[in-house]
Amino acid sequence: MKPAAFTYARPTDWSDAVKLVAAGARPGAGTQSLGPLLNLRLAQPHMIADLRHLPDYAGVTVTAGMVRIGAGTTHAAIEDGAVPGRIGEIMAGVARGIAYRPVRNRGTIGGSLAHADPAADWVAVLPALGATVVALGPRGERRIAAAVFVTGIFATALDAGELLRFIEVPVLPTEARWGHWKFCRKVGDFSKATACVLSLPDRLPRAVFAALDGPPVVIEDAATLVKDPAPEAARIVDRIAGLAPWRRAIAETALRRAVERMVAA
Amino acid sequence: MSKIAISLTVNGERQQLLAEPREQLADLLRRDLMLTGTHVACEHGVCGACTVEIDGAPARSCITHAGSCDGASIRTIEGFGDDAVMAALREAFTREHALQCGYCTPGMLVSARDVVLRLPHADEARVREELTGNLCRCTGYRGIVRAVLSVLASRQAQ
Repeated sequence: MKPAAFTYARPTDWSDAVKLVAAGARPGAGTQSLGPLLNLRLAQPHMIADLRHLPDYAGVTVTAGMVRIGAGTTHAAIEDGAVPGRIGEIMAGVARGIAYRPVRNRGTIGGSLAHADPAADWVAVLPALGATVVALGPRGERRIAAAVFVTGIFATALDAGELLRFIEVPVLPTEARWGHWKFCRKVGDFSKATACVLSLPDRLPRAVFAALDGPPVVIEDAATLVKDPAPEAARIVDRIAGLAPWRRAIAETALRRAVERMVAA
Repeated sequence: MSKIAISLTVNGERQQLLAEPREQLADLLRRDLMLTGTHVACEHGVCGACTVEIDGAPARSCITHAGSCDGASIRTIEGFGDDAVMAALREAFTREHALQCGYCTPGMLVSARDVVLRLPHADEARVREELTGNLCRCTGYRGIVRAVLSVLASRQAQ
């Protein structure tokens, strides 16, 4: 199908973009999630504010202990190594598994996170990496932990009129151990269960389980899961209400396999 | 509804176009420029039939808003006439019976060319992974994968 009619604005500075979004415009970046919703007429915004022409829309900068990623940075750029170091290596591996290369060439990390599809990859991975979201609104910038950013299906902690501006991830040591597994019926398809685990030398391992009918589940202390994955995965899944038996089975498998796949650089 | 002005370079030619604000790139290419080699099928980014090159990288033209492409350089299947890699792929697709109805072929070729250039050492598993975003519903994938692998092999041998 074709989208319902909307008007189109192309702001060239961030304050204009914020004003448009505060007035009800739907922000558009790579439109790889929004485009299908428009074509299916599941989304019928009165206006699209195209963020692609804004300064510093995309790009990666490294400051003390932190990598700052412009919200408009594409999955393909991350796949090809735009983020340096161990954290970049982890993120490149994740990016390669997002949809298909032609989608990754347009789709953006910020757009995907702000869209907040429970099955989306960054929705699961960024909380595990200890990322912070920098939002920009009428009153300036605001920082939100990725672990509490997605609040439900297609719902986020962004206020009306706020845009996702940057994602900040910590620089990780080469010893950082990372495991990630998702269940897809076909390569590039939406995940039915995603799990990931990050283990750093001097702190408790953190795990995330996602692709449920709600926000990702963050397990801040995943030490037991890492030590004894199968029974602990079953206990974690037991605490999630309303899962069909098939979903329970792949959820447990996802958690267990994420731990089994943990490797350092 | 007032139209928006879009300036594009399509297959090497500058174009000044007017589009409805809601228009996706695929429809602009097909309707205004009669470049009907770009096929529209699923219209939600899954099947890959509409894949074209935008600023040198393959992308879905059915879910890429035309307005957002202002200033971009687009190459459709009609624009690869003098491209050596595409010529080799076309020959290999014919030889390996990698198409039947041909509906998926333009998108398949644009994706395949990207694989050949970006991943010159791709093995069969990687080629299959990379082509999962292009659906074929008649010949299946064996001939397509063979065709791409044969072009990779002949380039490695050069």
